[in-house]
Amino acid sequence: MEKIMHKPMATSGLPAIGLSRRLLSWEFFLLLMTAVVFGLNSLASPYFLDPWNLSDATFNFVEKAVVALPLAMLIICREIDLSVASIIALASAAMGFTAQAGAGTELIVLAGLVTGLLCGLVNGLLVTRFEIPSIVVTIGTMSLFRGITYILLGDTVLKNYPESFAYLGQGYVYWVFSFEFVLFGVLALLFYGLLHRTNFGRRTYAIGNNPTAAFYSGINVARHRLILFVLVGLISGLASVLLTSRLGSTRPTIALGWELSIITMVVLGGVSIMGGAGTILGVVIAVFLMGLVTFGLGLLNVPGIVMSIIIGAMLIGVIATPVLLIKFKGRKSAP
Amino acid sequence: MKTMLQNREILLAVLILVMILLVGVITPDFLLPSNLLAVYNDTSILIILALGQMLVILTRCIDLSVAANLALTGMVVAMLNSAYPALPVPLLMGVGALLGLLLGVVNGALVWKLGIPAIVVTLGTMSIYRGLVFLLSDGAWVNAHEMSASFVSIPRSTVLGLPVLAWVSVLVIVIMVHFTRQRRLGREIYAAGNNPTAAFYTGIQVGRLQFVAFSISGLLAGLCGYLWVSRYAVAYVDVAAGFELQVIAACVIGGVSIMGGIGTVQGCVLGALFLGVINNALPVLGVSPFWQMAISGAVIVIAVIANSRAERKVGRIILKKAALHAG
Repeated sequence: MEKIMHKPMATSGLPAIGLSRRLLSWEFFLLLMTAVVFGLNSLASPYFLDPWNLSDATFNFVEKAVVALPLAMLIICREIDLSVASIIALASAAMGFTAQAGAGTELIVLAGLVTGLLCGLVNGLLVTRFEIPSIVVTIGTMSLFRGITYILLGDTVLKNYPESFAYLGQGYVYWVFSFEFVLFGVLALLFYGLLHRTNFGRRTYAIGNNPTAAFYSGINVARHRLILFVLVGLISGLASVLLTSRLGSTRPTIALGWELSIITMVVLGGVSIMGGAGTILGVVIAVFLMGLVTFGLGLLNVPGIVMSIIIGAMLIGVIATPVLLIKFKGRKSAP
Repeated sequence: MKTMLQNREILLAVLILVMILLVGVITPDFLLPSNLLAVYNDTSILIILALGQMLVILTRCIDLSVAANLALTGMVVAMLNSAYPALPVPLLMGVGALLGLLLGVVNGALVWKLGIPAIVVTLGTMSIYRGLVFLLSDGAWVNAHEMSASFVSIPRSTVLGLPVLAWVSVLVIVIMVHFTRQRRLGREIYAAGNNPTAAFYTGIQVGRLQFVAFSISGLLAGLCGYLWVSRYAVAYVDVAAGFELQVIAACVIGGVSIMGGIGTVQGCVLGALFLGVINNALPVLGVSPFWQMAISGAVIVIAVIANSRAERKVGRIILKKAALHAG
């Protein structure tokens, strides 16, 4: 197993690494890339460095970035959730109907969060109770949740949201800092604490590295996974609140295909898809890197689908680079 | 009887028959041989793609790029045809299959030589291939009137009572049955997926077999590129968008284990037919198309729950409870 499931990078997030190691770390590499892209963007367009322009840029990726945080933990734990975008859609539908019934903002938000949580619970229970690989379960629930959204909405659009609801996705906390962006910052800190500073986080790594060993060390593996699935569902519900509020409407195609860009963010952030390795810092930097690349290309009038070529190439290229470097070095040092 | 019901393929076949009969009770026309043939014909592309995907899944990988591969090869073939209508269709089919093979080789090489997890590689190439369709076509459609008559008509023309499209899928099934049961390479693919460590010590190169599986999956996707585009007589950027999930679902319903090493051609074909019958029955029953996605999602979830019971390996780990929780 270890032979083929070779990990291209090993950033374990251990605090005890020296400066030289840190300079070679995945996070540093990403930061460097981000700086390069930032520099290129400011050269490419004179409007790029405007604070309001940069603030606008964050709207395009913050909702995805919010989901990337818990998903990173889930992937570190050797599971995956492909249904996040469908959860966003279903939660948005739930909010749309709550709003249509004349409920206030608090109740609408609650409806979104609870729907997300329940969807996560369904995924988690299927994975842990029936011991089905999460990739298969979530391919199924991805169709199921999106399908239920289609059944509920058909070809209608729900947009009877109260005015106060709009603040969540469109409002600003202070100057150019939007509510969405500040919320992402707070969540990033919380998830950093959860993954890197608590027993729960250490257990996540332990399970990801070796579920059997983790089980024999007394970790309740099934419960841990269930909690993470529920967490991913809940945060997807939150992302749905932000997105729905920003768009001010709910369509069944909302957030279509987002699961791929969210997973790309996580993997780009140095999280091993085989589990056991990755950091929140890496994911946060990757989020900005992808956001800047997309935004810069947008400034250059590159169509969205061409961006997807670049994002796809970036995903493979960035992961292949360290492997190629190691191969190259290994060949040189060989007798 | 009990052993028969425990056999997944027979159970699945019975389920499909029951489904067909139930639909037939409500709308008798559904049972006409010509209609059943049309259902099979409609499922042909799904069957071919699912068989390629099965090989990849057998080696513990996954190919998310099949639908994008199909769209890209389909667009290339359609554009070639509209630019040079004189090119014979078999040549175009060959071009499609070769291009598909090339795209599969790219996936396979990245997985084999660089050891990047298959899901990451194909997630990336899926975006790249799909984006290339746009770059190539500039977002324009190739419509039926731009295609030559033979390009569109060949998969529909009937030979010995079956459309050519259906014959192609029958041919692929026969070749795959032979390949997975009789050929050394086919058997090695099972060995590599079932226990990579043991396979390695028996002298089987696991990575090479993953490469082979990806190449075959790519080849079949390329072949389907032509079949799809000519069947629907249109090529555009979003051709078969999201179809990779249906393909994987067909495999999973057919009993192909996502953990590798388990799966048969007949199971896979039945899995595809199961989805095909549902897709064709829903409109006949007057079910709103908005229900289709949720129903196929529910079917996938139910099928994998059923699979998980069948696949459970007993007695491999001494503490059964541990195996249960650690999964």
